[in-house]
Amino acid sequence: MSLLEETNTAGGTPVVTPAPGPAVPDVISGRTPLSRGRLIWRRLSGASRFWVGAIAIAAILLWAILGPLLYPYNATGRDPLNMGLGPTQLHWFGTNNIGQDLYAQTLVGLQKSIVIGLIAGPLGTLIAAVVGSVAGYMGGVVDRVLVWCINLLLVLPSFILLVILSPLFRGLSWVFLTIFIAGFSWMIMAQVVRSQTRSLRDRDFVKAARYMGVPIPTILGRHIIPNVASLLIIDATLGVVASILAETGLSYFGFGIRAPDVSLGTLLAEGTSAAVTRPWLFVFPAGVLILTLFAVSLIGDALRDAVDPTSGVNRD
Amino acid sequence: MAFYIFRRFVNYFILSAIATCLAYVVASLALDPASKYYGRNPQPSRQTITNILNGLGVNPDVPVLERLWNWIVNLVVHGSLGNTVGGTSVVDQIVSRSGVSLRLLLIGSVIGAVVGVTLGVWGAVRQYKFSDQVVTYGSYLIFATPTFVIGVLLMIGATALNGAAGMQLINFTGEYSAGLSGSWWDLTADRAVHLLLPTLALVLIGAAGYSRYQRSVMLDVLSADYIRTARAKGRSRNQALVRHGVRVALIPMSTFFAYSFGTLVSGSIMLEIVFSFHGMGEFTLNAITQSDINAVAGSTLFLAVLVLFSSTLSEVLYAALDPRVRN
Amino acid sequence: MTNLVSVPDPSAPTRAGDPLLEVTDLSVTFPQRGGPDVNAVRGISYRVHKGEFLGIVGESGSGKSVSSLALMGLLPSSARVTGSIRFGGRSLLDLNDRQLSGIRGREISMIFQDPLSALTPVYTVGDQIAEALLLHDFALGKRAAQARAVELLKVVGIPAPERRAKAFPHEFSGGMRQRAMIAMAIANDPQLIIADEPTTALDVTIQAQILEVLEKAKDLTGAAVVLITHDLGVVAGHADRIAVMYAGKLVENGTTTEVFAEPHMPYTIGLLRSVPNMQSAGTERLVPLEGRPPSLTALPRGCPFAARCPIAIDVCRETEPGLLVHGVAVPNELALQLPGPARVDPALAGPTLADLLEVEHVAACHRSDEIASGLLTRADVFPRPAPLAVRHSEALAAAEPVLSVTGLVRHFPLTKGGVFSRQIGTVRAVDGVSFSIQAGQTLGLVGESGCGKSTTILEILEMTRPQAGRILIDGKDVAGLGRAELLRLRKDVQIVFQDPMAALDPRLPIGDIIGEPLTVHGVKPDARRGRVAELLDLVGLDPQMADRYPHEFSGGQRQRIGIARALATNPRLVVLDEPVSALDVSIQAGVINLLEDLKEKLNLSYLFVAHDLAIVRQIADTVAVMYLGRIVEYGPVAEVFARPRHPYTQALISAAPIPDPVIERSRKRVLLEGDLPSPTEQIDGCNFRSRCPLYTLLADSDQALCATVDPVLRAHGQVETACHHVERNDLAISASLAGREDELAP
Repeated sequence: MSLLEETNTAGGTPVVTPAPGPAVPDVISGRTPLSRGRLIWRRLSGASRFWVGAIAIAAILLWAILGPLLYPYNATGRDPLNMGLGPTQLHWFGTNNIGQDLYAQTLVGLQKSIVIGLIAGPLGTLIAAVVGSVAGYMGGVVDRVLVWCINLLLVLPSFILLVILSPLFRGLSWVFLTIFIAGFSWMIMAQVVRSQTRSLRDRDFVKAARYMGVPIPTILGRHIIPNVASLLIIDATLGVVASILAETGLSYFGFGIRAPDVSLGTLLAEGTSAAVTRPWLFVFPAGVLILTLFAVSLIGDALRDAVDPTSGVNRD
Repeated sequence: MAFYIFRRFVNYFILSAIATCLAYVVASLALDPASKYYGRNPQPSRQTITNILNGLGVNPDVPVLERLWNWIVNLVVHGSLGNTVGGTSVVDQIVSRSGVSLRLLLIGSVIGAVVGVTLGVWGAVRQYKFSDQVVTYGSYLIFATPTFVIGVLLMIGATALNGAAGMQLINFTGEYSAGLSGSWWDLTADRAVHLLLPTLALVLIGAAGYSRYQRSVMLDVLSADYIRTARAKGRSRNQALVRHGVRVALIPMSTFFAYSFGTLVSGSIMLEIVFSFHGMGEFTLNAITQSDINAVAGSTLFLAVLVLFSSTLSEVLYAALDPRVRN
Repeated sequence: MTNLVSVPDPSAPTRAGDPLLEVTDLSVTFPQRGGPDVNAVRGISYRVHKGEFLGIVGESGSGKSVSSLALMGLLPSSARVTGSIRFGGRSLLDLNDRQLSGIRGREISMIFQDPLSALTPVYTVGDQIAEALLLHDFALGKRAAQARAVELLKVVGIPAPERRAKAFPHEFSGGMRQRAMIAMAIANDPQLIIADEPTTALDVTIQAQILEVLEKAKDLTGAAVVLITHDLGVVAGHADRIAVMYAGKLVENGTTTEVFAEPHMPYTIGLLRSVPNMQSAGTERLVPLEGRPPSLTALPRGCPFAARCPIAIDVCRETEPGLLVHGVAVPNELALQLPGPARVDPALAGPTLADLLEVEHVAACHRSDEIASGLLTRADVFPRPAPLAVRHSEALAAAEPVLSVTGLVRHFPLTKGGVFSRQIGTVRAVDGVSFSIQAGQTLGLVGESGCGKSTTILEILEMTRPQAGRILIDGKDVAGLGRAELLRLRKDVQIVFQDPMAALDPRLPIGDIIGEPLTVHGVKPDARRGRVAELLDLVGLDPQMADRYPHEFSGGQRQRIGIARALATNPRLVVLDEPVSALDVSIQAGVINLLEDLKEKLNLSYLFVAHDLAIVRQIADTVAVMYLGRIVEYGPVAEVFARPRHPYTQALISAAPIPDPVIERSRKRVLLEGDLPSPTEQIDGCNFRSRCPLYTLLADSDQALCATVDPVLRAHGQVETACHHVERNDLAISASLAGREDELAP
């Protein structure tokens, strides 16, 4: 579009293109154009949903950490006098039919789910970054093999794959579950990184490095990865959501976290049978889960809009 | 063009075949079909167990590749996928159950796609207006909600509705009311009512994904040069967007269709279980819990075939929509 | 009053009667979220009469495209447009989208810059042209519209139009797409055609064809044409009037002859002087136009050009000058300047600013009177830099060439399919190319895009064994070298890329970018920093700026950074891949001058790849003309340009526009037919035959030679030419760069 010639839409709204200039060091005078990082931050901080998400997630994190300390009941103890009760002043979220406190259980489950999400999301992104950039940069046989592996992993839905593999980590700690979740959540992002790398590989600054004789790992680390970093950050953020969803899904159907460990998924599984008759057993953990994931999604989406000038702006 | 699609089909066919074989191998290694017999009381003799395992073709003493080979030969020559641990034929199980699953999956994904694409286009054109914001936040809410939670929440809602109405307006347990007899019409209507909630859940998931993706593709298209050309020719803005914009923005959706299919399949499997449908989802998950290798292999084959067809369909759509790939 | 009615340019159509288009005080502002507004167009006024050809010239960011999109009502809805646009008695700014769409495409039509993205990819070209017809003629049937579309394609010179109408845009070449755009634009016999940089993305040979088609379209429809371009050469030969835009304002407006012969505004003077002219190139240094246009968000007080203007005085920094007639006495009441909203009152009695624009040559400069009266000559405003101390060091004939390429071949297999791929052809990207470069010499490699010049330099820079032929750098054959030796050799060959933005990693400070080649050779960080400072100084940048990021620099500065990086390892040969073609014209001169200086200072050799013949003539010692993977003409630059022997070279030279209306209008052209054939085609005999203007003139027996025997390079005087009929080639008219060198151009 020829408007681009006049105005640069990298800022979402027309920004004046720094026009070509002479050798005179005139950048010192005049307004320095915003760097990409500052620009992203400006757009991000201007988005209300970023702040809603960020404040919500900060509050949830604080709550998950401090909440159990400020509450008299723990997750495993039973209150024989108050079994199967709805929310009361004593038991904020009510109790289950053996008298365990749901509020305390929810907080413990929340902690576990968040930890799993925070590990598995970025881990998946890391795998995606390595596989995608290597495949995209090397091309040829390496690329074909890696792409083929990616496609193979994509044939079956990753939920099914994890279910089939669940006997492998059945007896092991939740850490293995986390690693398995990360291990099946990187494929689509790897494809994205690969296609970005392929276009970066033909960019002149990468060609220049190649013609200088810069070794390939250095090129990947110095030029490729930093230039897809914003994508990776977004993916890691949304990966947290996807990992928590995967964990709760597996745990809900009995393939993930198992007793004595508690996660939001196991709580929801326990609550389902009584969901209609004693809805608090289901609704409270579900609400906490949805709120957490919603907050993270909002941050991820705001990041995406801030990074990708075309994703958020209608320039009709 | 036919050759192109044929080539893609062969490519997916090979991928699906290998994925199924790998799933067979993984399931054989991960599952221990003998354990459940040892747990029985009285414990059957070792010989009995071995006989049973051999009969099923899942004896762990036989090398896994040999078992895989037998399984493949059995499939190709006899069209058989072996028996389940319950003694029934896996093929029969799949035949009787797949209808339930496919009905949910097809209706849900088609309606979801149509609703999602419409909402996406509408959201892009009305960007940042109130309605766009509602759709945007709504889809993020759905993304943030696990599928089974959507299902259970719908059930809670339906119960409340039934309670308020004082009658069973919406039946949601199982795929039909047990013991109901009547005309063909009554039975169909009963099934349709049972299908309502899980389909709605699947539509919500599908529509959320499609609307986000269609919206962002459409936003790209809104600023495309050819929209400007169409307007310079004398099309009004809205005409240009519909005639030129939506038509082009549908192209990447065909690819997204293939991507989103996995999500929808997992979603419908979860929903089947939540709503107690006796479909392929229940079959698959039960197979894992019962360490039933043949059933696991059979259901992965079923899924792989589904994926094979959906991927090929997406290629056909792509070629139909985009003249640039046709030759 | 009488002095206003000056004699109009004889070549211009009569400017009598009501103007077709009257733009008065048009301003366009883009509000920015959380930032200052962008004032893209700031109160411009001009008129276009029936059948007139107006050229609007300006650099990127001058507001020329925005102002024409405003005419069409095609700006984003966020844009604020004020002023008035009257077309055929209607005020366009008062119409809504529906009403405007009745005018768009029927009375005013537009041709856009990038013809690939401007056509909808999923509809056939015929359908898209038919759409333009059907939208405005409801009586027309679908079949009739299709038939008319085919006719239109024929008019714009598309071969086999019936078949081509059924093709999709991606099956068209760039030039053909632009022809289709023109067909669409003239479909409804519009009164006004706006062409926004219609030839910018195209090769010179195709550019000449498209401009020809545009002229034809204008003649057929009788429409007025507004041609928006950054290329003074393009308007010189076609426009009746020229309007020069700078920083959102019109700064000069007059007939083409006036503006070229007697520019009154220093910016126009600078532009005209900075453009290398193919006639004078190589004989003198280019005149750089320093600085860059001001940011449209924060305009300085006074004249926006003051910061770059060598003759700026105090008043220039205080008040912004308005458009005025200079050099003739103007009644005071006519000197309506400063077209701020308050000053231009449409109801104002008597002659208005628009009337001034009607006939006069106007310019917006406080010192234009001095310029117009000859007190300030153009050489006073923008003096030519002193010539180089040593001009083109003599080639050391005996010495080993820095680079020697013999019989280089690079064929790509053309495959189809993924899993079962099969080869369906061969792309002969480079098909036996030989040349050599002596120390301190520059070889210019020219040709249309797709001729293989990029592949040639990539082959050299990859330093791998070529498919056939030999590449010798400093006398060493790259094919036989080990890793360590290759690394050492890489020090000697460096590259400067075309797009200065893409060539610098946006995530690294420029100090790291410039020092990157040194990291490969194990230079310690301290030494690296010292060298970076040295290099920045060498290319005319402040060494203090090493820790800044590329985006903080302008295009010209970025290109200097790219040059500094190329020089880091003290190379002997620098490959320059179109180093100035992505820069604005006013910036090019400075970079070219720098390259010339560095070459002398450091005794560098350049392999200069370009499509701009004037620049090649300016900087190169030897030139090699490539066509379809072959070199068709090779020799000393002066000789090749003065007397091109190969018909292709002749066509190239003749297609390149010269920024001088007198020459441009009088010269005869050798136009090439059609596009570059696909390099997959196997053409028997001479591969230029299909487009050769000479071939068609030859007798059958001579044609037979071309059709069967592949010509090889043969020496003709100092020049080697691959043509069977050099001696019979009397097409040399084009190249008769007869006119006087020097001061024909300002």
